[in-house]
Amino acid sequence: MNDDVRKNNDASKNLMKYQATTNKAAVLENLDAVRAMIRRHKFNDYIFSIIGLIALMIGLLTLLTLFIELIRDGSGRFNLQFFSDFPSRRAEHAGLLSAWVGSALIMAITFLVAVPMGVAAGLYLEEYAPKNWFSDLIEINVSNLAGVPSIIYGLLALGLFVYGLGLGQSILTAGLTLGLLILPIVIVATRESIRAIPVAIREAAYAVGATKWQVVADHIVKYSYGGILTGVIIGMARALGETAPVITIGALTFIAFLPSSPISTEPPYLNFEWLSSGFTVLPIQMFNWLSRPDHAFHVNAAATGAIIIMVTLLMNGTAIWLRYRIRKNIKW
Amino acid sequence: MHSKLVATKFVKTLGMATFVAMTFSGAPVQAAEKIIKIDGSSTVFPITEAVAEDFQKEKKIKVTVGISGTGGGFKKFCRGETDISEASRPILTKEMEACKEAGIQYIELPIAYDALTVVVSTKNNFVKSLTVDELKKMWEPSAQGKIKTWNQVNAAWPAAPLKLFGAGSDSGTFDYFTEAINGKAKSSRGDFTASEDDNVLVQGVSGDANALGYFGYAYFEENQGKLKAVPIIAKAGAPAVSPSPETVKNGTYQPLSRPLFIYVNATAAAFKPEVKAFIDYYLANAPKLVKEVKYIPLPSNEYSAVTAHWKALKPGTGFGGVPEVGVKIEELLKRIK
Repeated sequence: MNDDVRKNNDASKNLMKYQATTNKAAVLENLDAVRAMIRRHKFNDYIFSIIGLIALMIGLLTLLTLFIELIRDGSGRFNLQFFSDFPSRRAEHAGLLSAWVGSALIMAITFLVAVPMGVAAGLYLEEYAPKNWFSDLIEINVSNLAGVPSIIYGLLALGLFVYGLGLGQSILTAGLTLGLLILPIVIVATRESIRAIPVAIREAAYAVGATKWQVVADHIVKYSYGGILTGVIIGMARALGETAPVITIGALTFIAFLPSSPISTEPPYLNFEWLSSGFTVLPIQMFNWLSRPDHAFHVNAAATGAIIIMVTLLMNGTAIWLRYRIRKNIKW
Repeated sequence: MHSKLVATKFVKTLGMATFVAMTFSGAPVQAAEKIIKIDGSSTVFPITEAVAEDFQKEKKIKVTVGISGTGGGFKKFCRGETDISEASRPILTKEMEACKEAGIQYIELPIAYDALTVVVSTKNNFVKSLTVDELKKMWEPSAQGKIKTWNQVNAAWPAAPLKLFGAGSDSGTFDYFTEAINGKAKSSRGDFTASEDDNVLVQGVSGDANALGYFGYAYFEENQGKLKAVPIIAKAGAPAVSPSPETVKNGTYQPLSRPLFIYVNATAAAFKPEVKAFIDYYLANAPKLVKEVKYIPLPSNEYSAVTAHWKALKPGTGFGGVPEVGVKIEELLKRIK
């Protein structure tokens, strides 16, 4: 019996030894082939990186060329006067004042509408909503809304805000419309950044007896607000360039006065009349100048285009910088 | 610690933002100030813009101008949302009915001329003039898919492809051109490059020796280096006439010269002094300002007739809902009783 076992052991040892030698031999034989294979794969890597770089460059260079072209064409108009003049029939006296003020006021309302609603909705969906078919349905709809063409929002707003609620063709209507437009972006950004928080943080908080609201207010919002802020800024940058929905709800083209000031020196100090004022925005002013016969107006249009791109870049840049800064301070 | 502080602040801001947003939605949405509201044709826009700019500076009364197009402008006008509607063609039957239903009367005022200009590239050396019949052959609905080369229109021209550029179907320019050439507004072949933006048409025609397009005179005037205006022969035996301020004013450039209009809400004209002041200012300054924005002013006797018509506050249209080609303004105003 013992003898048999020993024999068997010897046999298996021999077998292993044999296999090792043959493997070694095989490897030695195939070393060149393997090296060739690695070279081939590395070459494929290289080829792909080239293709990727070209793809990136096509997009970047096109935008860059366009941007440089706009700056060159509009270079004569980059001065303070361009920002402090109202539109005019004389191209050299025509400015952006009513357009940028309109854009800024609308952005403010858009922010006030989209951020509380979007963040609250995102928090609810992630933290409070029961996971059932209904919340699935909402989830699908939210992602869907992010892809709806902006003109649809314009038509909705025309029916709902302008005529339904009687808000008219006003700054308030435009702000609410763009707020709705970027709402899905804010909701999605909120949810994404909440999901990036490790479950352990939540569980640890619950474990020491925190309520749901305490967890949300002290931990979830605290850790996710960098991501939320990024989403908000990117959404706002999109809203700034939107033209179709704003035209649909009745933006003006010539408006040579500013809405009444929101702050006054007499009580009650705050004044909401500006909300019902007519308005125009930067992209509409640009479009109008572009469609004029006189070439001098095309210079103004180019300058406006460059300004819109710069502001958008600045906003997106801020978003990236903020995300980087805030992420750096968070360590789990 | 710092991060927590910021976070708390963020939550607080959120709460405040919601509160402010709620306050806003409850705010009364009523404009207290007098604002003259104008909307309509983008062709007439530069004239009204010039008038509005000077009027606002001098009289300190606020004016806003939109560009919803002639049709879009009438929709708002007949809902009573605007005081004045600009139009590059007369009001149509459908729009008259909408206004009537809403109880809105209007005063029709021609304020300038425009010459629809048929253009080819300066590279085109075979088109010297065009008859209305030839234009019809190119543009009528039955030409769609059939008339594809220049020699199909006139045997003397080469067998080069015919590339057409025209106004988009929402514009008054399209309505007027189709009425003048094809005999029926909006009836046109559909297989041409259409754009509401005339600069797109300028680009398209100027680069191609085989292209032909039409748009307002101002766009031709600004691009004379790249484009040639084709002289038009109204009917057999008539001379070929090029568009120019003179040929439009003396009525020889036919059938493509057209009047541009503003329509004033009759109630606003009677009861809103600021609207009355604006129209007075408009008619008094039109000869100078129309020229400045490169449109063609009416002759002075016609401006006097229009001003008299305005002073009499006679509502109605001289067209009866059908755009009519080549009608004299003085005769037009006499039709409105």
